Amino acid sequence: MDLLRFITCGSVDDGKSTLIGRLLYDSDSVSLDVLATLEKRRHASGDVDLALLTDGLKAEREQGITIDVAHKYFTTPRRKFIITDAPGHVQYTRNMVTGASNADLAIVLVDARQGVIEQTRRHTLIASLLGIQHFVLAVNKMDLVGHEEVIFNQIVADYQEIAEQLKLPHVVAIPLSALNGDNVVRRSRQLVWYQGPSLLEHLESVPVPADANPNEPRFQVQYVIRPQTEELPDYRGYAGRIQSGTYHEGDRVRIWPSGLETVIDAIEVSQREVATATAPQAVVLRLRDDVDVSRGDTIVPTTAHPAVTREVEATLCWMHERPLKAGRKLLVQHHSAVVKASVTAIVHKTNVATFDQVGTDTAQLNDIVRVQLKTALPLVVDDYRHNRATGAFILVDEQTGETLAAGLVTETDPELFATPIPAEPAFSI
Amino acid sequence: MATVNLDYLDRLEAEAIHILREVAGQFERPALLFSGGKDSIALTRLAEKAFRPGKFPFPLVHIDTGHNFQEILDFRDSLAGSLSEKLIVRKVEDTIRERGLREPGGKYPSRNPLQTYTLLDVIEEFEFDACIGGARRDEEKARAKERIFSVRDDFGQWDPKRQRPELWNIYNGRIQKGENVRVFPISNWTELDVWNYIQRENIPLPDIYFAHERQCVVLPSGQLLGLSEHLNLDDTDEIVSRRVRFRTVGDSTCTAAVESDAVSVDDIIADLLLAKVSERGATRLDDNLSETGMEDRKRNGYF
Repeated sequence: MDLLRFITCGSVDDGKSTLIGRLLYDSDSVSLDVLATLEKRRHASGDVDLALLTDGLKAEREQGITIDVAHKYFTTPRRKFIITDAPGHVQYTRNMVTGASNADLAIVLVDARQGVIEQTRRHTLIASLLGIQHFVLAVNKMDLVGHEEVIFNQIVADYQEIAEQLKLPHVVAIPLSALNGDNVVRRSRQLVWYQGPSLLEHLESVPVPADANPNEPRFQVQYVIRPQTEELPDYRGYAGRIQSGTYHEGDRVRIWPSGLETVIDAIEVSQREVATATAPQAVVLRLRDDVDVSRGDTIVPTTAHPAVTREVEATLCWMHERPLKAGRKLLVQHHSAVVKASVTAIVHKTNVATFDQVGTDTAQLNDIVRVQLKTALPLVVDDYRHNRATGAFILVDEQTGETLAAGLVTETDPELFATPIPAEPAFSI
Repeated sequence: MATVNLDYLDRLEAEAIHILREVAGQFERPALLFSGGKDSIALTRLAEKAFRPGKFPFPLVHIDTGHNFQEILDFRDSLAGSLSEKLIVRKVEDTIRERGLREPGGKYPSRNPLQTYTLLDVIEEFEFDACIGGARRDEEKARAKERIFSVRDDFGQWDPKRQRPELWNIYNGRIQKGENVRVFPISNWTELDVWNYIQRENIPLPDIYFAHERQCVVLPSGQLLGLSEHLNLDDTDEIVSRRVRFRTVGDSTCTAAVESDAVSVDDIIADLLLAKVSERGATRLDDNLSETGMEDRKRNGYF
């Protein structure tokens, strides 16, 4: 069975939590005791409040909003799903980024009465920036606009503009009512003019981007296994997860950033030797030569060409209350590699409503900015649009340890490439 | 080019191994909190896959409430022996004595809340900077919101509003002195996933997970509690003999049994596919105290 991870995003009161509640409820994924808890808090109107299935924290129930990312799990005969329910409030946009970073598909929820609003643009931009390929425009609360097709069509047309601006690869629009269950799991009897799939039918059949596994092989060392026992005095295994592509026993490889060359003698998965392993498997590589390899190093076949550089241009989603200014020193955590860095320039900021780029010298909480970074030691990175694993990093405050920003590699200094990669048009946002 | 077909269980396994290795790479003194339950037993199998042929880069730590089922304690000792890994046991009883804490009262006195003190003491004693646990997000609503790397303050407290964003599979374990991190490698697994994994990997479990005859007390809610000397029963209590198994194995005074004929992992999986009551709802008395029971305990340093 395969696995689809999706995120739901939308503004406050668009009914995200209700939609997830409805998906779980109508697909028989809610257990009896949880239902009993819902019953206890039934509305005066007699309706069960499905949002209570996801709003887990006290403050969330008190305020009737979602503050933090919640994870929900359900399985249908066709597929296993991990839902990330991200908050709608502007001040929690960083949590939306968090949710989108691990999602394959985004459900963008719109209130049929309001249509496309700024939050719709903001959330679509973030999801698109984070590399999500599949979008569902879920036009909710169709019951409150008389199930009118013309209203749905207008919203779809408005969203189409965003989709074109951001070059979204796959968008499907579905009219629904989470409250009444129309087109969520079951097709609606009210929305007879709509011939497409229900939301769940679509989620079950959309191709899983598992295959968001670019062919370029990438592997980063997490931990060195050295038993130093009598039986295995010289065993040295480099443990890590294949980030992308496929590795074979016998591959000629280079260790980056040192550039040393050797051969993969053996690949172990779960203590067994295998001839081939592929992303995202956790493996141990054994190398032919006794070369210097440590945590954070990248091992790639000699035929692959990652960028090995101390100068990175990147898009940041700034997540901290304290604004970022050029010159700030911080840490870059690129998976298992942590290096000191400084922000040498803030190039521009993206207006999330118009998608225009405007000049700025600071990044405030929730801003999306383009920056230039200089690192103390070389990083082995790829353009995020080509490789979601190796193009991603976070910025960390050296003193407090707090996570400051999500970073997406956009460009690297071509002179420092291991071998130059072909030039790409600038990212179109 | 040859490819490898991975199903969802392979993907969950790879994610968990990756997380365990990040703990090993990022922390100086990690520990694996081992309860003897199926989730922590599955964690030891994942740790074998992450670190063999080397040793685990952490000891197993068991907080013994003194109300544990004997089968679990025996299993714990034999597992640590067969893994040849270090086991540290600290008893809630000792904490109660040393700190002059009050024993919980009532008919079904649970030492579950007191475990937190013992846990914080053992963290201080060994200066653990990361504690790995087998909690899952599907267990409970507050857990559904917790990060995989969950930073706790000096007092072990969880502040849900101050959680670090957790992006991609990049885990930030950088902490300041006094803070520590709780790490949950199987956050994204469901109860059924764990059982499917136990089946696939052929992982041995303590007998109490499988159907057996047991003397039980019938609670007012209808739940069954295994008879033990830790309960303060009186004449009104109804004692019955039932064929039961346990779905979770916490403190014996607050972990109910469920009636079942499931004698194998296959039977349990079949049961689960039909089951309509969630794991904690079926078996945990402590969560039913209030709707935010777990959130409150986590804020206070509970696992």
